This record gives sequence, structure tokens and C-alpha cells, in this order.
Amino acid sequence: MSSTKFILGLFDDPDDMMHGIEKLQKSSVPIYDVYTPMPIHGIEAKLGIKDSRLGYAAFCFGCIGATVIFSIVYYTLVHDWPMNIGGKPHFAIPDFVPFTFEWTILFTAFGMVFTFFAATHLFPGRAPRVMDLRATDDRFVIAVDAKGNTPHEDITRLLQEAGAVEVKHNDRKYVSYE
Amino acid sequence: MASHSESIIREPLITGKDITYGKITNDVLFPVENKPNMAWWIGFGLASMGAALWVFSISWTFWFGVGEWGLNKTVGWAWDITGFVWWVGIGHAGTLISAVLLIFRQNWRNSINRSAEAMTIFAVICAATYIFGHMGRPWLAYWTLPLPNQYVLWVNWNSALMMDVFAISTYFSVSLVFWYTGLLPDIASIRDRAQGLRRRIYSVLSFGWTGSVKTWQRFETVSLILAGISTPLVLSVHTIVSFDFATSLEPGWHTTIFPPYFVAGAIFSGFAMVQTLLLIARKVLGLENYITMFHIESMNKIIILTGSIVGVAYITEFFIAWYSQSEYEQYAFINRSTGPYWWAYWSMMTCNVITPQLFWFKKLRTSIPISWVLSIIVNIGMWFERFVIIVTSLHRDYIPSSWVMFYPTWVDVGIFVGSIGLFFTMFLLFVRVLPSVAMGEVKLLVKTSSEQAKKKLLDTNHLDPDQATFYKESLEKYDSVDQGQYAKV
Repeated sequence: MSSTKFILGLFDDPDDMMHGIEKLQKSSVPIYDVYTPMPIHGIEAKLGIKDSRLGYAAFCFGCIGATVIFSIVYYTLVHDWPMNIGGKPHFAIPDFVPFTFEWTILFTAFGMVFTFFAATHLFPGRAPRVMDLRATDDRFVIAVDAKGNTPHEDITRLLQEAGAVEVKHNDRKYVSYE
Repeated sequence: MASHSESIIREPLITGKDITYGKITNDVLFPVENKPNMAWWIGFGLASMGAALWVFSISWTFWFGVGEWGLNKTVGWAWDITGFVWWVGIGHAGTLISAVLLIFRQNWRNSINRSAEAMTIFAVICAATYIFGHMGRPWLAYWTLPLPNQYVLWVNWNSALMMDVFAISTYFSVSLVFWYTGLLPDIASIRDRAQGLRRRIYSVLSFGWTGSVKTWQRFETVSLILAGISTPLVLSVHTIVSFDFATSLEPGWHTTIFPPYFVAGAIFSGFAMVQTLLLIARKVLGLENYITMFHIESMNKIIILTGSIVGVAYITEFFIAWYSQSEYEQYAFINRSTGPYWWAYWSMMTCNVITPQLFWFKKLRTSIPISWVLSIIVNIGMWFERFVIIVTSLHRDYIPSSWVMFYPTWVDVGIFVGSIGLFFTMFLLFVRVLPSVAMGEVKLLVKTSSEQAKKKLLDTNHLDPDQATFYKESLEKYDSVDQGQYAKV
């Protein structure tokens, strides 16, 4: 039994990598994940990743922001202490628009970004789970879980045929730093 | 798909031969991973002297009070609000480049957005110092927030200044989030190349970014939505800044043209500041292949457009003052252009309306020294614009017995000159510790919009010869293209 945990196909060209994904999928080899230094459009369709739902989250946070600030302004200026400014109406909605707008944006931005961080497990100090150090530089990496996907030589060959510049058989899942 | 080739008549966004993904990382991270050169040290030395002056002058203000400024009973707002509006305006270009140009799919933004966003953040920090300075008692700044207090009083939500508090704070924090989220993949690139302590620091800063498919997909969704909400935000911010004036009853301020006119002016001055910074940065940091003549020319075109809008606004103000038949309004404008501050008015007119028109000449807008000088002139002009609006409207009010002139003290000058030093200090530190170009986004362009990709297309000889000639001619303006390889047919 080999000690290989992950087989990594390193490509120097995104198109070759796409080709590699196709080849693996044609041979029914499941792909664990793909790591790239830049966003590759069309890859999520190939790997069957659903559209992000962050837009819905953003909309909800925006609604919360608008409600919160409008309520604060209404409570303070209309309900709690109606300030008499030249006898003008206390409930002056046009004056409330800038505040409502700003906090809609504020809540949308922060709510959505923090949802994104939570959903993708990003936070300061998180140990980077890197499979290959060049995946953030100039390598497009396809990772295949070695367990159950045998024979490894066939997977290696498929990746090489697709144009991988290097195929790694890693004994550890993540390249540890320390 | 990444291999989709782009029409040959579009000018390249990345120049140079043998640009690979690895080379982009190396080029962009060069200033981050190596010791700074002499030019950086000289710049940093000068800038930090300015920043020290700023610390001294602002501390002086906090210690002795706003009375140390040249303000008087008639002119209660002068260099402070001028500086505030100037800096906020400069900040707007960063958001414009990163948000509006993203929505319009302008790929040339990819190599300038990161540094422009950084500029936004530093400019808003500079702007905020004037607000706190003008409060006199900055430790009471929290009074602008609707906090329950022993007086059972709330803030006045009808005031434009309150709107400003909300607009500027939202703008700053949303810009910061937008900028930092975009930085994560690039910080991860530094992390994976670094060793020891540097790796640990960048590891914390990178939030554990790996570049997996799902992360990238969500990252792009987040970027697009942030761009979508930042676009109305940036327009609202300068609109609200203009409310500080427009909602008053002061002749010269009380006009409905202010919001669009301020927004156009903000974009105008912001792009000028981006130009001032990047023309130097591309040389010093060796980024000529990524920030090309196309970028410079495009920014100059935006400068002519917004400069002309500002020019039309100046003339409209004059026309409306006459058309309104309001005596005070008319006097305010006659006084601006021919009164004791005529020199400020005409400096503004010359620098903002007349000299930017020189960019209609292709030779001038593709010349680096001229672009740089004109960008500084625009910055000067935009400072004068705010000075003219604020001081000349105030210095002669309704009662002639209170007519005065405004004379700045050394504290006013120190804060203004110092804030420029502070801005450059922060910018110079930024280029040393963080990547000044968004690498991931530039890498996207290599296969479609780079000079080498287009060269490959040319070499196939399957192109319309007219289009090929058009393309070759468009390359002549580039300073970073080896012209020898494009021999004329």
C-alpha cells in the first residue's frame, strides 16, 4: 500500500488545466479541489459548484441596515424628542434618506463580507491549508484524493497527457509550514 | 475562458516579452521582497518630514485650540474644510477605478485598482484629520453619534454635517473592506514565497487563503456586489459633502448644481492624484509593463472629460447667478472673479478648465512629463476651487462692516503641507509591505490582452491587414514596447 495521500497535477497554463479536469472526469476520477493563482471562469460549472448565494445574504443585510437606522432616526427625532426646527414637520423623510442609504450600504458590505469569510473559513490567523506553495504564484493545481483512486500511475498518466508540467504524489495532505 | 483571444484593434494592457504568470509575481513582489532603493528612501525621508510637521501642527491645534488657525468671526471655515473636501475628492478616484470600472468591465483597471484603492483610504484618513481638528475638542467626537446621554438629547438628523459623519465613516470602512478583501489572494502569494517570521505575519494577514475553486467563485461574487454598492456610495459621499454647503443659505453655496458638480470635481482631482502617484511609482517600482501608456492615456481622457464638466459647472453657476436676478448671488460671483480673491478664482479657472484642455492633443496626453506636470496643476486647481467656494463666499457677508480677508497661520499651513507628507508616507509604506498591483487580476489578462498574445495573433498573418496596421500604429505611443519588432510593412 503506497503512502501517497494526494496526487497533484501542476499545470502552467489554465487551458491545459481545464483539459486535465475534462480528462479526469471522462475517466470518472473524482477531483478533490483545484487551486489557482487567479479566478478561472467556467471551472465552477465543470466541477458542479452551484452559484454563490452571497447575493441573497447581501440583500438581507441591506434590509436590516435600512430598518435599523430608520428606526433609530424615527425614535430619536420623531418619537422621543421631536425637535422644533422652524415649525417644520418632525417626520421629514427626505432628511432621513442619506442616513438610511449609508447604513444600507454599510450593513450590506460588512454583512456580506463576514458571511463570505465565515462560509469559506477565512479569518486572521487561520493555518493556510496549502497543497502546493506555487498555487498562489504560477501553478494551476488539480488535487486528486489518492485513497480509492487507483491505480495512481493511470491518474499520473492522465494528468501528464493533459499537459501537466509536474505530477506530485504527496504523503501529506497539506504542505505544513513548521 | 482564458484562451479566448481579443480583437487585434484593442491596445495591449500588458507589454513586454516573455511575460509569464511567474514573472508577474516576481515583478510585482520585487519591492516587497527586496530592500528599498535610493529613490524610495529619498521619497520616504521627505514624506516623513512632512508627516512629522503634520503631527506637530495637529497636536498644536489640539493643545491650544482652533484659535491658533487664521479663522475669524466672518470666515469661520477656511483651510480646514478646503483640505477636507480636497482629500475626500482625491479619495474618490480609487473607488471609481475599483468599482465603476469593474461594473463597466474595463480591464485596464486591473493593474491600477489596488494602488488607487490604497490612495482612497489614505486620502480619507487625511480628510478625517481636518474634521477632528476642527472639532476643537476631538475627545468629544463621539457627540456626533446618537448615544443616550445625561441631557436626554439626540443628534440633529436634519443637519448635513450629521449626514457627513455617516457618509464619510461608511465610505472609509466599506473602502477598507473592499480593499482588504481584494488583497487576500495577493497576501497569500507573498506568504507562500516567504520564510520565517515574514511567513508567519503574512500568514495571519492572509486569513488562510488557498485559492480553491469555491473561494475564488465567492470572492468574485463579493467583489462584484461590493462594486455595485460602492458605486452609489461614492456618488453619495461627495453629494453629501456638497450638502454641507448647498443646504445653507449662503450666496454662492445655496445651489442645486453642487452635488453633480462636486462629484465630477472629485473624480477629476482623484484621477489627477492617481496620475501623480502612478507615473512615479511605475518608474520607481519598475512596473512599466503593467501600468502602460494605455492606462496613462485613458486616465488623461477621464481628466479632460471631468475637467470639462467642472468647467461647464463654473459657467453655469455664473449664468444662474445672473439669471436668478438675486442681488446677493450676483455679488457673490462678481466678487469671486473680480474681488480681492480674483487671483484664487483665476488660478482655479486656469488650472481646472484651461490647462486640462491641452490633453486634446495626443502628443501631450501621451507624454509622461507633461501628464505628470498637468496632474499636479489639476491638484492645485482643485484645491483653489474649494478655497474659492468656501473663503470667497464667506469673507464678504451681508454686513459690509464685517468684511474681512482670511490669512492662514503657520498652523493652517503646517496641517495642510503635513497632511500631504502623511499621505505620501502611508503610500510609500504601502508599496513596501503589500503588493501595489492586484496580481490575480493582472494574470487574467496575460492570455488575452497582453502584447505577446497580440504578437502571436499578428504572426499568424490571418488578420485583416488594415487592422494589423492600425494596431501597430497604436503601439507607437508606448514607452515600454520594443518598437523594433514591429517593422512597418
